[in-house]
Amino acid sequence: MQFSESWLRSLCNPSLSNEELCHLLTMAGLEVEENEPVAPVFAGVVVAQVLTVEKHPDADKLKLCSVDVGEATPLQIVCGAPNVAAGMKVPCARVGASLPGIAIKKAKVRGIESHGMLCSARELGLSEDHAGLLPLAADAVVGSDIRKHLDLDDRKITIKLTPNRADCLSLSGIARELAALTGAPLALPEVEPIAAAIADTRKIQLDAPASCPRYCGRIIRGVKADAPTPEWMKRRIERSGIRSISFLVDVTNYVMLELGQPLHAFDDAELAGAIHVRLPAPGEQLLLLNEQTVAPSADTALIADDEKPLAMAGVMGGEHSGISDSTRDLFLESAFFPPAAIAGKARALGFSSDASHRYERGVDFDLQRRAIERATQLILETCGGQPGPVVEAVAAEHLPTRKPVLLRSERADRVLGIALPGGRIEAMLKSLGLAVERVADGFRVTPPTFRFDIEIEEDLIEEIARLHGYDNIPSLPPVARMAMMPASESRKSAMALRRQVAARDYHEVVTYSFVEAAWEADFAANATPVVLANPIASQMGVMRSSLIGGLVGTLAANRKRQIERVRVFEIGRCFRREAGSGPVAGFAQPLRLGALAAGPAQPEQWGAATRRVDFFDLKADVEDLFAPRHLEFVKAVHPALHPGRCAQIRLDGAAVGVIGELHPRWVQKYELGTAPVSFEIELPALLGTPFPAYAEVSRLPAVVRDLALVVPQAQALAPLLAALRDAAPAFVRDVALFDVYQGKGLADGEKSLAFRIVMQDTQRTLEDAEVDAVIADLLAMAARDFGASLRG
Amino acid sequence: MSDLDQLVASAEADFAAAAEPAKLEDAKARYLGKDGSLTALLKGLGKLPVEERKSAGAAINQAKVSIESALTARREALKTAQLEAQLATEALDVTLPGRGLPRGSLHPVTISLDRIEQLFRSIGFDVADGPEIETDWHNFTALNTPENHPARSMHDTFYLLGSDGKLQEEVLLRTHTSPVQIRAMLAHTDRHRDAATMPELRIICPGRVYRVDSDATHSPMFHQVEGLWVGEKVSFADLKGVVADFLRRFFESDDLKVRFRPSFFPFTEPSAEIDVAFMSGALEGRWLEIAGCGMVHPNVLRFGGFDPEKYTGFAFGMGPDRLTMLRYGINDLRLFFEGDLRFLSQFR
Repeated sequence: MQFSESWLRSLCNPSLSNEELCHLLTMAGLEVEENEPVAPVFAGVVVAQVLTVEKHPDADKLKLCSVDVGEATPLQIVCGAPNVAAGMKVPCARVGASLPGIAIKKAKVRGIESHGMLCSARELGLSEDHAGLLPLAADAVVGSDIRKHLDLDDRKITIKLTPNRADCLSLSGIARELAALTGAPLALPEVEPIAAAIADTRKIQLDAPASCPRYCGRIIRGVKADAPTPEWMKRRIERSGIRSISFLVDVTNYVMLELGQPLHAFDDAELAGAIHVRLPAPGEQLLLLNEQTVAPSADTALIADDEKPLAMAGVMGGEHSGISDSTRDLFLESAFFPPAAIAGKARALGFSSDASHRYERGVDFDLQRRAIERATQLILETCGGQPGPVVEAVAAEHLPTRKPVLLRSERADRVLGIALPGGRIEAMLKSLGLAVERVADGFRVTPPTFRFDIEIEEDLIEEIARLHGYDNIPSLPPVARMAMMPASESRKSAMALRRQVAARDYHEVVTYSFVEAAWEADFAANATPVVLANPIASQMGVMRSSLIGGLVGTLAANRKRQIERVRVFEIGRCFRREAGSGPVAGFAQPLRLGALAAGPAQPEQWGAATRRVDFFDLKADVEDLFAPRHLEFVKAVHPALHPGRCAQIRLDGAAVGVIGELHPRWVQKYELGTAPVSFEIELPALLGTPFPAYAEVSRLPAVVRDLALVVPQAQALAPLLAALRDAAPAFVRDVALFDVYQGKGLADGEKSLAFRIVMQDTQRTLEDAEVDAVIADLLAMAARDFGASLRG
Repeated sequence: MSDLDQLVASAEADFAAAAEPAKLEDAKARYLGKDGSLTALLKGLGKLPVEERKSAGAAINQAKVSIESALTARREALKTAQLEAQLATEALDVTLPGRGLPRGSLHPVTISLDRIEQLFRSIGFDVADGPEIETDWHNFTALNTPENHPARSMHDTFYLLGSDGKLQEEVLLRTHTSPVQIRAMLAHTDRHRDAATMPELRIICPGRVYRVDSDATHSPMFHQVEGLWVGEKVSFADLKGVVADFLRRFFESDDLKVRFRPSFFPFTEPSAEIDVAFMSGALEGRWLEIAGCGMVHPNVLRFGGFDPEKYTGFAFGMGPDRLTMLRYGINDLRLFFEGDLRFLSQFR
């Protein structure tokens, strides 16, 4: 809501500076967003009258003017404006004046002395108009300061109103608030009923009373529609952000700004019969003022006459029934449409209007008659005409009601944390125009017709807090019973996990939860992702079911920035449809950790050979994140990953994630250059961490034996190692792989796996014979079950 | 000078001239060896008359001690020189960089969320979590947001298509973390339904939220932290105390100015916007909108299973993205979601 400060001060004028006024409004919940002067700073410009105009002897386009600036002797001024004429009143910058960008000095123009400058609007910084001098009203007082005359010390203030404060969508409303906040007197315009000069009326029929419980109409005949808008009115509406169009349109806007009541003026000659407020007929269409043809929904009320629709009630008038300069007879509408009838209607058509903005938030439902009288008064003052009587149709049972709300002093104190005396509460509420009645434990408060936001006790408490000032409520340190928070040793936090991942040289990213449909197809083989109905862009059209797409996207973006080595991770939700009962039925929304690494395994550095990161680097990272828990890696197939370099990650037999090198097809499609390695793991699996289990440490010497087994190349390590561990007696503390060898000395298709076997008992020293027996047994088992032989 | 003195001087000179241990041993042999000069003198003692033998023996021994001590000193000196030479060849260029893996980084917003969590945990707030695909009921209805509120329009909220390709009206991407309030209240009031007086509920709910909005200062996905405290004696003055304290701790600035300004949210009453102003730095003295808050609306308490006559509460919602931008002086929100390693690696 934008408005002119001086207009506001004409209704309520507390002794506050502009800055203080803005602060006060902001701190009362009417946040001042903008506060700017209507004119730049200048001085020394007065109202002047051109007395005579003669041709400049030495220049065709210049004129020699004698100008009265309110002093005994007229000034001689040279002027080049095309519209300069004897008798006109114009702004004159006197010698010594400072205008935006120029200082006025006595000068010779083509040999003739000029004692000042006659000004255009642009020269004063008022507009871009430079076609000629700015003509002033005939009644302007010669010699007076132009800033006073045009009220140029005014400022345009814009407040950002919250949707509950529809009552402040008018100057009167803001003034009422200001009076309540400061105690300054409120001087709303006097509006007297205007007697009918003619008997003409139109019947008004409320066919949809729930959508329009009150409608006032009046005919005014014989108006001079082309009368110019008075300067003061034009100034006020323009400084309040509404363009001046023609007097009749301006007057409806003026009253809307002044009182908050939207008005509509129809050309009475275009109307046929009675006015109906009704719902649309099936298929009915209407061409609006904004040249949009609409087919209103079944619950949209229309203003119509006997023959045709005229306007979309409370939203916008129709193109064909509006007023123009040739209008002679006017039909003025001042109606109340309840918020529920208007809410969303304009938005559904893709626009908003000043009227719909006010109606959907709530217009005073007792204001219609006052507004139509006010508009009549202003119209008669400027363009004459003969008013008919006001016809008012009311469906009282559909008007909003104002139920009293009980406010308990004790409750207000409890919610706000301060003790306010009853007398102060009463005074504050009354100052807002609320009807207050004292009852046993507080007040019974009836809100006025202009407030749509007071229904419960808390609404009143807010009003009290606002007027008392939020600043005047203390900030108290919290008081509560203390209790320690649980701290489990067998769970780590997601934050601890993040730090652990970052410590292994991964950078955390946050990528969008909505991704390209192609990513879902490529990286998750998901042909039926969760689709957004209204995505912001097509490449953000579906919800991700895997983190891998976002990580690959991050890699590709960084490759474009010439960053070769990329190691990133993300913790976030993935989404898929799944029957069953999560927190939101029909959707699974698991949290996962995803990571991706590409480029050199280590940053290029001295003393270390550069090699590309590979499957086993990331496998070590995964093992570290789970340590000391033991994982199984089982060869697997995944749509995103290389089929020969991909494993399912299992914890205690349950699949918890996947790891592998990106499929070469995607490396090519997404122009990644070299293949990254990635893993994706269910977050809950990562957050469990075992409570340490103590085992006795042996004081006896350990015996270490190595066993190198030759096996077929296709033999996977895991089953062989598991079998060795299973077959070993209890005093074998550890069986570990320490070398894999292929090549010279072995047949093609063979490889050697070398194990280190550590044996140690806690009670006794082991005999050579039993150690040898263990090795022999293990070798025999490996030969029998895996076709292994001892490497010679 | 006697012959013996000359011998000692000559030995000392020879030892000093020996530049390496082998040469020193050769020189030693010349004096103390089997055929050495001193050895010869000792051998010659027997030929001297008895009365001279004692004094001559003592003199020769005296010379021997001198020569041996010169030898030991020279041996030590050579050993030290040799070690020093070896150490010199082993010297490293200590200015070469260390080897190995560097450390990665945490997302700057994560760092803020962690600080927020720690600060609120320190006064007994727990952390709650909720789904991002949320029901319309939790996101709007239970938060007292009426059917026609602008926040419910297609304009702000991301909706989903059902498997049949039609708009699925009952679910959406949550537009704020406030629905977690509802879930946490319902869980709390259910858990303590038999208690005469429920224990206090103090939670914060960090997470991602979504709105149909995208420009330099808006991202269609961003972060929010919701806070909620419900109890028997929770007041607006407590809200002011907790939030102002938090903001000063978060920014580590005791002179941070904090103001509460009346505003409107459907789910709180009274409601406030919170502005802060820094007392130094690029933004000095400017009021910056940083969070919304208020006393939980009685309807919301009721939806959460609390009796609003008995319990009151406050709630606040703030944007950790904006807090992070202010804290680190980051000027473009989009940097948080672009995954540019040159940006991210600055937050280790």
